[in-house]
Amino acid sequence: MKIRVYVTLKAGVLDPQGKAIHHALEGLGFAGLRDVRAGKLIELDAEDGVDDGQVEEMCRRLLANTVIENYRIERMEGAA
Amino acid sequence: MNSAVIVFPGSNCDRDLAEALALVSGRAPAMVWHKESSLPGNLDLIAVPGGFSYGDYLRSGAMAALSPVMAAVRQAAARGVMVLGICNGFQVLTEARLLPGALMRNAGISFVCRDVALRVENSQSAFTARYDAGEEIVLPVAHHDGNYQADAATLDRLEGEGRVALRYADAVNGSARNIAGILNEAGNVLGMMPHPERAVEAAHGLTDGRRLFEGLLETIGQPA
Repeated sequence: MKIRVYVTLKAGVLDPQGKAIHHALEGLGFAGLRDVRAGKLIELDAEDGVDDGQVEEMCRRLLANTVIENYRIERMEGAA
Repeated sequence: MNSAVIVFPGSNCDRDLAEALALVSGRAPAMVWHKESSLPGNLDLIAVPGGFSYGDYLRSGAMAALSPVMAAVRQAAARGVMVLGICNGFQVLTEARLLPGALMRNAGISFVCRDVALRVENSQSAFTARYDAGEEIVLPVAHHDGNYQADAATLDRLEGEGRVALRYADAVNGSARNIAGILNEAGNVLGMMPHPERAVEAAHGLTDGRRLFEGLLETIGQPA
């Protein structure tokens, strides 16, 4: 099963990379953007026995730094 | 003073740090590879050097914090052994939760590599014993992820307990409250972004870093 972990900066934490992307998009002439936030997508190819608790643990212990980041786990049901 | 320098794949200030320690203490530190699960006995100081451990993969310091040697470092820190993390070493110590907060990408995006003025906020620690409180010193910085962040309660606590050891005189990287270096609760772990090991002899151009190592030697060198 494919599991996707999205790691994003917490609301209120300044995102320098998102800000730079925002400016670059404006430089390209794209208007109407209020804000841009950048994050990470980590794809896990896990055996069926890997449960949500284990993925949570992975997020807390390594994949995200919960001081500054949030994470969201998405199971890709049916994905090979 | 018996010291050890931890070496990760991607460390690049390990030799500078070893040179500085040898120069000041007269004793060469043990160089300990990250795969080791134990440290030499009778250590007074563990130094975690700057560099780009594991290529800064995932987050700066995140992979190194999980190295086998870090379990031994954690145990030693709990016993009261001095631990000094510089630059990437500071990032490793926060990721290992030996110090609170996190070091994020510099607010200005750019890698910052220059000499900066710092204020010594706490001169009572073993690391800062040879400085005067409020003294302004100059040390080089060279980092991409030096933007120190923690929640307001943590910052207030650090300030209130005198655990902000060093503060940038002017904004350098977006750090909350211009924090450049912090101590743990017990005062035996210091993490700092500036590089004292690059400022220990006249040939470096700057020498303000030397007193950090001298302070440690003075404190440690005379067993209680």
